[in-house]
Amino acid sequence: MQINTPFFKQRAHDALADVNLQKALGNLKAGFPEKRAIAVSRMPEFEQLRDQGRDLKNHILEHLDLYLEQFENKVIENGGHVHWARTADDANRIILDICKQVDAKTVTKGKSMVTEEIGLNDFLEANGVQPVETDLGEYILQLRHDHPSHIIAPAIHLNLEDVSEAFHANHHRPKSSDPAVLMQEAREVLREKFVAADVGITGANFCVAETGSTIIVTNEGNGDLTQTLPKTHVVVTSIEKVVPTLEDMTLFLRLLARSATGQEFSVYNTLSTGPRRKGDQDGPENFHVVLVDNGRSEMVGSEFQDMLRCIRCSACMNHCPVYGAVGGHSYGWVYPGPMGSVLTPQMIGIEKGGMLPNASTFCGKCESVCPVKIPLPKLMRHWREDEFEKHLQPKAARYGLAGWAFLAKRPALYKPYTRMASWVMKTWAGKNGRISKLPLAGGWTDWRDMPAPQGKTFMQAWKEQQKAGEQP
Amino acid sequence: MPNLSSGPRVGLFVTCLADMFRPSVAFATVKLLEQAGCRAEVPERQTCCGQPAFNSGDRKTTADIARQTIDAFDGYEYVVGPSGSCIGMLHYYPEVFDPSDSYYQRALDLKSRSFEITSFLFDVIGMDSLQEQLQQLQFNHKVTYHDSCSGLRQLGIKQQPRQLLQQVQGVELAEMEEAETCCGFGGTFCVKYPEISNRMVSNKTEFISNTGAHTVLGGDLGCLLNMAGKLKREGKQVEARHIVEVLAGMTDTPAIGEADYGLAQQL
Repeated sequence: MQINTPFFKQRAHDALADVNLQKALGNLKAGFPEKRAIAVSRMPEFEQLRDQGRDLKNHILEHLDLYLEQFENKVIENGGHVHWARTADDANRIILDICKQVDAKTVTKGKSMVTEEIGLNDFLEANGVQPVETDLGEYILQLRHDHPSHIIAPAIHLNLEDVSEAFHANHHRPKSSDPAVLMQEAREVLREKFVAADVGITGANFCVAETGSTIIVTNEGNGDLTQTLPKTHVVVTSIEKVVPTLEDMTLFLRLLARSATGQEFSVYNTLSTGPRRKGDQDGPENFHVVLVDNGRSEMVGSEFQDMLRCIRCSACMNHCPVYGAVGGHSYGWVYPGPMGSVLTPQMIGIEKGGMLPNASTFCGKCESVCPVKIPLPKLMRHWREDEFEKHLQPKAARYGLAGWAFLAKRPALYKPYTRMASWVMKTWAGKNGRISKLPLAGGWTDWRDMPAPQGKTFMQAWKEQQKAGEQP
Repeated sequence: MPNLSSGPRVGLFVTCLADMFRPSVAFATVKLLEQAGCRAEVPERQTCCGQPAFNSGDRKTTADIARQTIDAFDGYEYVVGPSGSCIGMLHYYPEVFDPSDSYYQRALDLKSRSFEITSFLFDVIGMDSLQEQLQQLQFNHKVTYHDSCSGLRQLGIKQQPRQLLQQVQGVELAEMEEAETCCGFGGTFCVKYPEISNRMVSNKTEFISNTGAHTVLGGDLGCLLNMAGKLKREGKQVEARHIVEVLAGMTDTPAIGEADYGLAQQL
């Protein structure tokens, strides 16, 4: 996928002016956060579950090799295959090879952010295999040659009219704006695709080491049809998704549904454990798991390890005031919002991704709703440290900071400087009490007034008061 | 008047915004500390908490300023300031040092002694000692309260300012929608991403004005300067003040960003 992250500011500017997008974002703000709050309020032990989730994930990351090998062995025992993909390219080649082995023409796909990350659809198409997205949101995006703007509600940036137009243009049926009609239309079109597909590709929310199972969590049931109807099922997932036991998995399922959509449980929680066994009535004949690394193993043991706890619930972006203002596409790559602001620089490099960890007020809302308590602001700050050390920040910001630091470390110079600055601003404001235009502060005064200082600095006034008090 | 010599010795962390923009906030903080029976002092060698460096990724400068602040506030029983954000920064100091550094333990010690003013009054001093003073005050206005992010989420400040405020005669508290959502200030964020910041503060001023409040109160001057500046630019008739001005009965100064008629008369 093309990287547009360096253009974050321009994209945010466009997004803020996009009336339809703003309408769609307004719906998001009113939806997920309220539903989550209700679900959490109904579960008094939710905070304890978050601690358990964090601790369990930390344990897994400390023993990642062990659980991954156990998972691999179990998949093989069940008759499946495990493929290790160090890079996105490796993963794409492995998946294409599997498709070629079964002479696949079309593949159906359940929703998977990892396949977005590796750019699988474009790769398959370029190599003669037609992917068909079956998650309704992803299907709409595919018709529009668009990309997800949210990790669980991929088409959240679209409105009903957009869907109506996309269906009309592609399905050659009468145009409708009735959601029920559109839904039925999608169902009919996709049903044929499910039956015709040679390979079904899904992601996995978790991989269970003790049984060699993978699980997908959906609300549409499309994933079930994707993975049971074709002869070959390929699970594309990433190495940090492994959990030790089925019981551990249920802890995360409880956290995931509530954090994501405010549901107590998602509608479909479907486990896949190897290919069809003798006597099974359905299921694929071939079962493959592609375990994608793509930079994750470098995060183990680094200051970004905590990020690998992420279970992709989207609570951080649902509650983020920056995401809520500019939407997911502004972030310019696969993962938006606070989790994307930490992951993206890891995957595309801080040189290209540096805009994102800076696009935060560190308000901390994301961390406060994260089901596995990832310290997202702290991790974004680590990226800023990386940028600072590599001198990647804009010159004006660097010199400004250096000048300020010089004064702040020298109280004897700092005081006269602040006295002068206060006086200048106070004088500039005159009797207005505020400044509507201040040189070098356009970032502020283009949008709001600058309240004027009262006059003397406190340090100055305090000293004078103390002196006056000493006099008899 | 309480016995000043017997109370705890408190170092006032002025904060650079109160120092430069609104000394009356620092004076109000001193007054509240003294009313609570504390001996308030202002250490000379304080400047800024170091947050601009910390959030810009400059670890070395952050550590230098942290050392300076730790030294400046050595020996005070408590360190109190009128900002959740700056006091929150003091609470981050232990993260700045390696545990083998001699300043690490001192940073932990400073953290345990540092309080935002409303939290200090409510959680440390206690309402029993304050009630009488507060109930003598009058502020006959409908107010709304903005929860600043660091105070709220880092230091757990939510009920403290509201409880204190409700002791003041005439105060009618009308909660705004999304009181806990960031105002878009975010330190350097507001100048690095001014358009996004503007959207956030525009949402905020809309919620403030929807309450019909006469005054918006808060505990952090960064947020207050941002909100007041936007309210003024939009021509909205809502005043902005730091909560300590109301709690100390010092609301005779013009509100933040309001015309200084006193000065006009002098001229």
